[in-house]
Amino acid sequence: MSIYAILGGVCIGIGAMLLMVLNGRIAGISGIFYQSFDGPKHRNWALFFLAGLCLGVVIHLWASGDPGPVFDMPLSTLLPGAFLVGVGTRMGSGCTSGHGICGIARFSRRSIVATIVFMGSAFITVFVQSLVWEL
Amino acid sequence: MKIYSALASGTVFGFGLALSGMTDPANIIGFLDIRGQWNPSLAFVMMGGLAVTTVTFQLVIPNMQKPVLAELFVLPETNILDGKLVLGACLFGIGWGLSGLCPGPAVAGLAYFDWHIVLFVLVMVVGMYSGDWLTRLLFSAD
Repeated sequence: MSIYAILGGVCIGIGAMLLMVLNGRIAGISGIFYQSFDGPKHRNWALFFLAGLCLGVVIHLWASGDPGPVFDMPLSTLLPGAFLVGVGTRMGSGCTSGHGICGIARFSRRSIVATIVFMGSAFITVFVQSLVWEL
Repeated sequence: MKIYSALASGTVFGFGLALSGMTDPANIIGFLDIRGQWNPSLAFVMMGGLAVTTVTFQLVIPNMQKPVLAELFVLPETNILDGKLVLGACLFGIGWGLSGLCPGPAVAGLAYFDWHIVLFVLVMVVGMYSGDWLTRLLFSAD
């Protein structure tokens, strides 16, 4: 499975490279997503990039014959999780792609700190959650 | 042209998310849950992605005058570490740990037509506007 993880990661990197080399934009999905409905002007490229994300998943479904993941997370974690992802990516100016994949590669001090902080808080969250579920 | 290059970039990116298993929240939680059967795939994905983007940002972009299809490279100019960045990243990490989803896999995952993902994206939008409001409330003096 790890070969697919590395190859998939390389594809993610190539997607980010193409967007920067061709369009001059950082592939930070939270920012692109926000701009697609709340940009200073109508940003068609953002909508097309997001449509591409979905198209890429469809191509993978078709090519692999894999039925896709099973989504079974309870609302008790999905709802607060989604809300905090929205709050945090706006307040912290980015997510796993913008800070983790692009920002670290730019050697951005802000992105390196942000990635360490969100990885840390995610590890702690899952750790605490696993303890709570055992009670 | 710019919309087609954006579509192509997004398609490669989205294919990579699915191929690497990052659109499956179970793989994210499996990586974050150090008490369970540890699933290292997220680390391999980061290494594969960073190998390409580091070469891009350190060797390719510095040798280009401008992007192929645009007038300039749009890069963040601020380099200041502030409370906004740290608190925001911390809250994002909690949300990511709770749900196993971050914005990329969530938006790409809309292609699976599953109500969990649709609901996630809708609530994330509410969270984004709340985040703007909360940021103004907490950090307006900055």
